[in-house]
Amino acid sequence: MQPKKLELVCPAGSLPALKTAVDNGADCVYMGFRDDTNARNFTGLNFAFDNAKEGVRYAHAKGKKVLLALNTYPQDEGWQRWTKAIDNAAELGMDAVILADPGLMQYAAKTHPGLRLHLSVQGSATNYEAINFYHEMFGIQRAVVPRVLALAQVEQLMAGTEVEIELFGFGGLCVMVEGRCALSSYATGDSPNTRGVCSPPKAVRWQDTPKGLESRLNGILIDRYDAGENAGYPTLCKGRFDVQGETYYAIEEPASLNTLELLPELMRMGIAAIKIEGRQRSPAYVEQVTKVWRQAIDNCQRDTGAFAVKPSWMAELGKVSEGQQQTLGAYYRPWK
Amino acid sequence: MKLALGPVLYYWDRDTMLSFYDEMADAPVDIIYLGETVCSRRHLLRLQDYLDMAERLAAAGKEVVISTQTLIESEYDVKTLRKIADNENFRVEANDMGAVRLLANKLPFVAGSTLNVFNPQTLDLLAGLGAARWVMPVEMSRESLVSILRNRQSSIETEVFAYGRLPLAFSARCFTARHHNLQKDDCQFKCLDYEDGLALKTREGQPFLTLNGIQTQSALVHNLIGELDTLQDAGINVVRVSPQAHHTGEILRLFREGMEQRLTSAQALAQIEGLMPAASCNGYWHGKPGLDFIRNTPST
Repeated sequence: MQPKKLELVCPAGSLPALKTAVDNGADCVYMGFRDDTNARNFTGLNFAFDNAKEGVRYAHAKGKKVLLALNTYPQDEGWQRWTKAIDNAAELGMDAVILADPGLMQYAAKTHPGLRLHLSVQGSATNYEAINFYHEMFGIQRAVVPRVLALAQVEQLMAGTEVEIELFGFGGLCVMVEGRCALSSYATGDSPNTRGVCSPPKAVRWQDTPKGLESRLNGILIDRYDAGENAGYPTLCKGRFDVQGETYYAIEEPASLNTLELLPELMRMGIAAIKIEGRQRSPAYVEQVTKVWRQAIDNCQRDTGAFAVKPSWMAELGKVSEGQQQTLGAYYRPWK
Repeated sequence: MKLALGPVLYYWDRDTMLSFYDEMADAPVDIIYLGETVCSRRHLLRLQDYLDMAERLAAAGKEVVISTQTLIESEYDVKTLRKIADNENFRVEANDMGAVRLLANKLPFVAGSTLNVFNPQTLDLLAGLGAARWVMPVEMSRESLVSILRNRQSSIETEVFAYGRLPLAFSARCFTARHHNLQKDDCQFKCLDYEDGLALKTREGQPFLTLNGIQTQSALVHNLIGELDTLQDAGINVVRVSPQAHHTGEILRLFREGMEQRLTSAQALAQIEGLMPAASCNGYWHGKPGLDFIRNTPST
């Protein structure tokens, strides 16, 4: 299959971030409304209706697309908040909505048949049978695949479906299958599925102690740092814990996913889009990451065979990586 | 309410599994879920072994349900899934939407807890495809459940995970292999060494999680035996107990006696405590962090 142009999908946590992404080469930006209808439900982040309208106007004027993430699972108590968000997306002229909940997909498909649907990574679809389920039932046209498959598995999956595949290329790395992780609600009461948050800031406490700087989540010790160690945000799967007397990153090191070196392979496979994680990050992050990925994709598209990752790109991305570390994650099978 | 035994989430050797299910054939349990739901590398029992076991348990009067793997990654996984979906004798618990696609509009199926049913719209949709029962997500509260049951149209049965370490997360990475500095593809089946999983504590010794291959569980044991009255009031049809290495039969007996009101909730709770591998939690049911424990004080 001759791939269509590989789209670069960049995060927009705010209007300035959206404009930065558009100006620096994003093909699409994705955003959320300012509530628990999306999985980055953080204070000070996201879009009110009028802001979203300006964002769509700005992006469309420059020929770029806007995707709206409505990727949490509607809780029964607030169902209308989610359906209203779908209605607003249609009214705003969003190019697609990114959904995880089948009930909500059904609503969207029935009420706004012209609205393009993408399956969110929160939908946990790791195989073509699952993707085809959403395609046949609701007509989804693209699926964002969880960051758990090796590249060969992604290729197998693509052979079984006509739905476009979008992969995460860069940014914070979930180790768990998205949509199938309740660690955060176990510790704090709130999770991506129920409240659109993971390891929420309101549960975080920092304490200077004689043993070192401690980060806690609802009182649970996630990590402790010696003087001179870089302290990271206490995402609970990225802490150091004790297993049989050994203290280490038992689940995952703080590191960012970076798949730049896989670009030729991703293009050969016919991946439709690469997603950059980080709606919670600053416009400066968006600018740096978008610039590098735009250059890399353009280089690779011009001459795939000659493509080589430039050290300057890695250096730029390294600066904005979690713990200044980068990984290929599950795309590289031995990571598992 | 009926009493169900969930699938064994750990990797036990073949003889242990066979004798465990011999014991369960005589245990006071109505429904038995069978099958490997965690990791496709666990192969001491094959699908055919589970189907043979299912025959024996059905002959002993149990309703048997075959549970599918939760994370379907490879073509091999899909093939196994298809074989399970094509079996004509036993009901299937779908733990992935891929399984739902293969089961839809065939025999009635059970919609597993990882399908993330959080609202009546999704519940009715699955019921329309042939789900006869659903298992609510482990992180759902009683309040949310009651709201869903009030607003649904379908008459689907509701099951709740009521006892056991909570299956909280699934990954492509194997944390048990990682602990032993092994790659997953060469894990040497280390899960066999941890009959109730591998304990993960904080650096100050608080039991926090349990590593079980690619699955991460709670360290504490989710325990709703003190809540059987609230489960009944909420309209729940089936109460699930998740197997542990020891005392599962006794735990089922206590649940049964509690459900038949031969034990008060306080008595049942007091008796079960000595049989548990860790302390109780039940926060999710009360809309709190899952690791909290709230004692049910019956209104007088």
